[in-house]
Amino acid sequence: MLKDITLGQYFPGNSVAHRLDPRTKLILEVLYIVALFSANDWFVSYAFLALVLAGAIAVSKVPVKSLVRGLKPVVIIVCFTGIINLFWTPGETVLFSWWIITVNLEGVYRAFFMVIRIVMLIMGTFLMTYTTSPITLTDGLETLLGPLKKLRLPIHELSMMMSIALRFIPTLIEETDKIMSAQKARGADFETGSVLQRAKAMVPLLVPLFISAFRRADELAVAMECRCYHGGEGRTKLRVLRYQGIDYAAFAIGILVIAVIIALRYLNV
Amino acid sequence: MEIIKTSELVYRYPAEEGETSQNALDGVDLTIEKGSFVVVLGHNGSGKSTLAKHMNAVLTPAAGKVLVDGLDTAEEENLLEVRRRVGMVFQNPDNQIVANVVEEDVAFGPENLGVPTEEIQKRVTASLKAVGMEKFADHAPHMLSGGQKQRIAIAGVIAMTPECIVLDESTAMLDPAGRQEVLDTVQYLNRERGITVILITHHMNEAVYADRVVVMDHGKVAMDGAPMEILTQVERLRALGLSAPPTVQLLHALRGAGWDVSLSALTVEDCADQICRALGA
Ligand SMILES: Nc1ncnc2c1ncn2[C@@H]1O[C@H](COP(=O)(O)OP(=O)(O)O)[C@@H](O)[C@H]1O
Ligand SMILES: [Mg+2]
Repeated sequence: MLKDITLGQYFPGNSVAHRLDPRTKLILEVLYIVALFSANDWFVSYAFLALVLAGAIAVSKVPVKSLVRGLKPVVIIVCFTGIINLFWTPGETVLFSWWIITVNLEGVYRAFFMVIRIVMLIMGTFLMTYTTSPITLTDGLETLLGPLKKLRLPIHELSMMMSIALRFIPTLIEETDKIMSAQKARGADFETGSVLQRAKAMVPLLVPLFISAFRRADELAVAMECRCYHGGEGRTKLRVLRYQGIDYAAFAIGILVIAVIIALRYLNV
Repeated sequence: MEIIKTSELVYRYPAEEGETSQNALDGVDLTIEKGSFVVVLGHNGSGKSTLAKHMNAVLTPAAGKVLVDGLDTAEEENLLEVRRRVGMVFQNPDNQIVANVVEEDVAFGPENLGVPTEEIQKRVTASLKAVGMEKFADHAPHMLSGGQKQRIAIAGVIAMTPECIVLDESTAMLDPAGRQEVLDTVQYLNRERGITVILITHHMNEAVYADRVVVMDHGKVAMDGAPMEILTQVERLRALGLSAPPTVQLLHALRGAGWDVSLSALTVEDCADQICRALGA
């Protein structure tokens, strides 16, 4: 189960998507999300966006299987959103009605497109994190948000926190797995029983996990100090971000996609 | 030439509520020569880590002085220079790796020091080569073995062009193969690069690599001398909560039984030689 958590994982590679500047990928990701949420709720728009996503996946050479696997942990959220939209969308064309539950055609469409939207959103985001090393990603974020430093916002600190959080996800997952195995060997049961029972079973898992996470944080802070970390001031970088030809090409494609989506919206197809 | 000099060093951790704390370091006078390989031994709680943390200004003395290359660690403006000169490698490899990619982690120190980008790239390549990890530059650290992770941590220190590396039980969590990797690496850095190594360890056998062994006890230096001289004092070591290497213990026992053997054998081969000689073979 824990092995399915792929958030923040990075698959090293040398595809076009890997070589894009992280800032480009972040901006494109935002454009993509805007496109997803401003798309007309109709098949043409989503077919088009799916095509765009498929193209991006092909270019990035990320195996589709691992993208799909990344969806597993969010299945519940997706289903929940789908159900809410299905039952709580007001509409005229009632398809089905029983007790206080009514399902109408508008709800079916709305739920369908909402699910598609979230699935595509998650896949797109994973595509970005899979092809960008977390440090590069936070580097990009830090540079993009750099101007906000003038407003005394702790941008460097935030991006450092983010990259460290990402760095520790695999370590903490591994540790959780170990603690789980240790507890299972002592007869703990995480998989059966009511939700409440399962939540209770998690307590002896979370306590050691938290204690160890705090200890890790302590040690890491000392280790960082030892390596002369003293905040963002006067820091240089191993890699300086620089836009290349492919970045401009990618921006052009991004703008084109948005334009198409807006056009489809106005044409209402 | 000395690289680190502590004089009358005293340190006490702030006491927990309702408790009184003892001095974790209680008058340590120690002079570490440039280019030397010093092994620090001592039972748990004897003050080894506390001493190590004074060597690069993570802790500053409550009383006394610590000079690193002539720089007083208590002076705020010396902080970065002290830490650049004396790098630290800790016990848990997972808790000292900052980045998700090996080369980015190695670059962390030089980045903090404001080294220009081109120079960082050179240093990263050179440091990874020095620890024999150049093939792993673009790997994710969490996929590496313990020994490899520690070598990455060492590379991260090397990239800051230090004078001295302090390893605080850095081999304690490793399997024998990983431990050997790390020991070979620091030995190489000491011999070929002239970097001073201070190796804090639990494993008596690691003292073989040293030109000097320091034994800590209750925040004080209890013994200080050449490895052979220290490790053969079986009883004294036992009184300090340590056990001599198995080879020495064996010879000690034989001697107690009336055999005519010298205790100076730190390797199994030397030990066997001694026994053979005593048997008259
Ligand atoms: N963070 C701390 N807070 C309070 N006391 C500490 C702390 N770290 C170490 N000590 C105490 O200081 C003494 C020396 O510890 P330490 O230097 O860690 O020894 P060693 O590394 O040789 O095991 C011990 O008595 C220990 O309990
Ligand atoms: Mg210690």
